[in-house]
Amino acid sequence: MIEETKVLTSRIHKKDSHTLESYREDGGYEAAAMALAMDPDEVTAIVKDSGLRGRGGAGFPTGLKWTFLPKDRDFTYLCVNADESEPGTFKDRVILDLDPHLMIEGTVISCHALKSEHAFIYIRGEFCRPYRRLVAAVQEAYEAGILGDNVLGTGRKLDITIHKGAGAYICGEETALLNSIEGLRGQPRIKPPFPTNHGLFGRSTVINNVETLANVPVILKEGAEVYRSRGTEKSPGTRLFSVSGHVERPGVYELEHGVSFKDMLNDICGGVKGGRALKAVVPGGSSVPVLTAEESMKLQMDFESCQECGTMLGSAGVIVMDETTDMVWALDKLTHFYAHESCGQCTPCREGTGWVAELVHLINQGRAKSADFDKLIDLGTQICGNTICVFSDAVFMPVMSYTTKFRSEFESKLIDSAPVHEKVGA
Amino acid sequence: MATTEKTEVKFSEARKQEIERIRGRYETPRGLIMPLLWMIQDDYGWISYDAMELIAGECETSPAWVYSIATFYTMFELEKPIRYHLQVCNTLSCGLCGSESILAHLEDRLGIQAGESTEDGRFRLTAVECLASCGTGPMMQMNDEYYESLTTEKVDAMLEEWNCD
Ligand SMILES: Cc1cc2nc3c(=O)[nH]c(=O)nc-3n(C[C@H](O)[C@H](O)[C@H](O)COP(=O)(O)O)c2cc1C
Ligand code: SF4
Ligand code: FES
Repeated sequence: MIEETKVLTSRIHKKDSHTLESYREDGGYEAAAMALAMDPDEVTAIVKDSGLRGRGGAGFPTGLKWTFLPKDRDFTYLCVNADESEPGTFKDRVILDLDPHLMIEGTVISCHALKSEHAFIYIRGEFCRPYRRLVAAVQEAYEAGILGDNVLGTGRKLDITIHKGAGAYICGEETALLNSIEGLRGQPRIKPPFPTNHGLFGRSTVINNVETLANVPVILKEGAEVYRSRGTEKSPGTRLFSVSGHVERPGVYELEHGVSFKDMLNDICGGVKGGRALKAVVPGGSSVPVLTAEESMKLQMDFESCQECGTMLGSAGVIVMDETTDMVWALDKLTHFYAHESCGQCTPCREGTGWVAELVHLINQGRAKSADFDKLIDLGTQICGNTICVFSDAVFMPVMSYTTKFRSEFESKLIDSAPVHEKVGA
Repeated sequence: MATTEKTEVKFSEARKQEIERIRGRYETPRGLIMPLLWMIQDDYGWISYDAMELIAGECETSPAWVYSIATFYTMFELEKPIRYHLQVCNTLSCGLCGSESILAHLEDRLGIQAGESTEDGRFRLTAVECLASCGTGPMMQMNDEYYESLTTEKVDAMLEEWNCD
């Protein structure tokens, strides 16, 4: 029987866990005081040694990203990505709502490492209570001298500006997020140049996810070695898994990287809802390839194992689907989402996602022919890779995996499909 | 579409101070557009054309630019707001937990389709995409608040309350 490993979430069940007073009772901002007494490069080295990888989706090594900043830069921004909008993912909201100071401390330490005097926190517009609490926490931090012109008495300067989004999935993409702050339309930029060279207002910029930064105080406090004792060699530390769909106990659970999906499902989430059989699992947010029940039983929840299994750990948003799920309906839901969220600046994406959604919807309604199905596969292949950002891959991966792994369900909904008995063993 | 109806909009003294406080945080005047759109929406409930002109002045840009930003995002209200805006999440995880039947129930009870408003203008029903509350689906957002783990009984109780106010 496995249990949660509460490192980042150790405080969230306490009363008033979101306040500075409560945070300080548990040793809050001690790691920041320690880090500020060190040389910034030393802090970066510790984060690098910890093996911390980005929790926003791509899993890029955080310390390494930080070293990409040019040495001769004039001004540096840190942007905290709190736009959490990948379907199936709801863990950053927990940190923002229940322990905002953990993320603020991570920001203070990271800004020291990056020699940054100004951080923006880009928070999803729909997050009302988390927004109010974040605003209050930042205010508390200013009043306590943790932010401002004399950070923790060191004479260093740090401002945090909270920028509220207004409903656009694509603003979670890091360069779209920068444009959104600049008062431009929230559309991704062509890379290169990369944000570390030319980011917010043309300055050197690092973008990190909320959960990524929440790990930083822990790493400083316990040291890289202890941090690495959890998780796997290449995916160190714990992970906040958001589990939704057909499970008995959905929710956000903190577990070590490398935990088996099977244990997570049965021990932590109480198994499939109503004791029904498992059909499919999306392990890393809606954009990653779906797995069949059989594949998922061998899966371990870390970056490498997911890749070996032909999928990705992504944002660790785990969507569980039981035997009653109609996979055509499920893909219909997802493609509808993507068609709605394309930012529209690349033709293959703008036109393609709309068309893909229409075709899937037709199939789901039983109004499509096999030629439409072929067209769908063909379109999926064409959209991918020909665009400014990887949003198009995020559409392509579900389309290809659902149609390949659950092909017969799609075929059986086609008007001119062969009778079911002819497909046995196909 | 933005309504061209004449409206009286201005920033209060408190707002003006707030604007001056954050102005230095954005390296270009245009960076203030989203914060100012939010201020107007928080104070007036929606963003009129006159408000966009006011914002354009503060941000040294054109009303057309402000308009193009306001329309890029789904949360900015360009029409007078509805008293109760019910936004039901209908993405995959909520779908797996029955969001479609909640939506159908609301359509039935309110006598409108998703995307429409009731004739008295008090309720609007919208099907929206994932609100990052997938573990407590089906769920909806009513104005600012999240209502989670919905059942038809819970929805009926809410409608009862809102109908009576
Ligand atoms: C379409 C799209 C949506 C994204 N949405 C988010 C998001 O909501 N939150 C997030 O942290 N990262 C999101 N990302 C990833 C960011 O671009 C970026 O890689 C991440 O914030 C970097 O932080 P990390 O290295 O700490 O993970 C998204 C990427 C893409 C392509
Ligand atoms: S791929 Fe799609 S979402 Fe990304 S920039 Fe192009 S149009 Fe926008
Ligand atoms: S799918 Fe409904 S909140 Fe995420």
